[in-house]
Amino acid sequence: MTLSVRGLSVSSLVRDVSFEIGAGERVGLIGESGSGKSLTALAIMGLLPEELPASGSVVLHDRELLELSEKDLSRLRGDELAMVFQEPMTALNPAMRVGRQVTEPGRIHGRRQRAEDLLAAVGLPGTARAYPHQLSGGQRQRVVLAMALANEPSLLICDEPTTALDVTVQAQILSLIKTSLPADSALLFITHDLAVVASVCERVLVMLDGEIVEAGSTREVLTAPKHDYTRKLLDASDLEARR
Amino acid sequence: MRNLVLGSVLVALVVLAALLSFAWTPFDPVKVDATHRLLGFGASHWFGTDKFGRDLLSQLMVGARTTLYVGVVAVGIAAVIGTPLGILAGMSPRWLGEFVMRVNDLVLAFPALLLAIMFGAVFGADTLTAMVAIGIATIPSFARIARSGTLQVMSTEFVLAARAGGRSRLNIALRHVLPNISGLLIVQASVSFAIAVLAEAALSFLGFGTRPPTPSWGRMLQESQELLTVQPRLALVPGIAIAVAVLGFNLLGDGLRDRLDPRLAARG
Repeated sequence: MTLSVRGLSVSSLVRDVSFEIGAGERVGLIGESGSGKSLTALAIMGLLPEELPASGSVVLHDRELLELSEKDLSRLRGDELAMVFQEPMTALNPAMRVGRQVTEPGRIHGRRQRAEDLLAAVGLPGTARAYPHQLSGGQRQRVVLAMALANEPSLLICDEPTTALDVTVQAQILSLIKTSLPADSALLFITHDLAVVASVCERVLVMLDGEIVEAGSTREVLTAPKHDYTRKLLDASDLEARR
Repeated sequence: MRNLVLGSVLVALVVLAALLSFAWTPFDPVKVDATHRLLGFGASHWFGTDKFGRDLLSQLMVGARTTLYVGVVAVGIAAVIGTPLGILAGMSPRWLGEFVMRVNDLVLAFPALLLAIMFGAVFGADTLTAMVAIGIATIPSFARIARSGTLQVMSTEFVLAARAGGRSRLNIALRHVLPNISGLLIVQASVSFAIAVLAEAALSFLGFGTRPPTPSWGRMLQESQELLTVQPRLALVPGIAIAVAVLGFNLLGDGLRDRLDPRLAARG
């Protein structure tokens, strides 16, 4: 198993969450706003605010992350662990050229990479000298993705990476995630868009009020939901109409 | 843009006057000449002479040196100590940040002039003690500005993303926080520079700053006061010089802030 989460709790906001993700597996985490999806992601990354400690166990490649010091964690982050955030408008430093930003994770972890190559890989050749404000939302999200993928992480967490984008750009970003993620990397994809889950993930976890209420293959969960809440989610979405 | 140009012109005027004074002044600024006392504006002494017959323009030019010297050193001290302190307070755990800021408040409660007078009494009044005292008294405003900016930057998603990318705290402070609060700091520096210029003038006026015979705008003002009703020119000339320097640095700071922020520059 690449990632194994056991009994993860964050205050009373996330309660006893357990799941596993294997190498190369794409797992979706769905649920409404405030259900604890993002907190779960931040807990795995060790990026929770100081007043919210996490308990339980998060094991990445036989290493217990919750017990690691900030220093050891920061060695893993950006290398083994990477994350893409929801809002591409604020996820980039406005005062730094994007070329410098994409090569930074590599530089920190001792690799020399060319900004042009990393940016070309996400379809943005020739933008290394641009500042974030000169790029569109979709382009910025590509930059964020290039940063996250620069060191070929073994676990990539995407926290609603397409929510802030319009539908056509969404599709481009999704296919980019699917094609550029290394084959043996695990993916935890957080979203509330069931159509996105259906197109990206093999397995899905449904979260409600801080707990995982249903888990299974995407097909199972989306066609024969067992939990009331999942059924409600499905009814509320337009997934049926699009199929 | 207009601020930047006007501010640069005014500051350049002061800087050029100071630089030129090293090579050339119309007259010896400290030479007493009893036969040419209290001359008005004229062809040989452009701004006239004071009660000792010293050329006002020459004094003004040499005084510009003192003014710039004081401003640069005082703001330098304040920025170099205050900025890291503020960033530290903004990035460290809350209790430590609060502690740093309370100590900061303590220093802030001390008026710059009082501190300078105290320093003058202890270490002897001259330009150096005045600069150091003004600098120390200005540290809290830099620390405060730096901390509030840091707190704002630390709450943004790109800092979270930077941490998710494995960046160390020092790296985040230098590469993410500092560039994004530099606009704030530059404005603070220009305002502090103006305040330092005023404070030096006030201290020299009170006799706690630059010692005679070194020309200083503040002391020129002081020496003018007994003749204020007869010869207002003596107060007006250094007064306008101080106003030009203060205004120049304020405008320059505003202009630079707009220019250095890549987001604002794109619009303008």
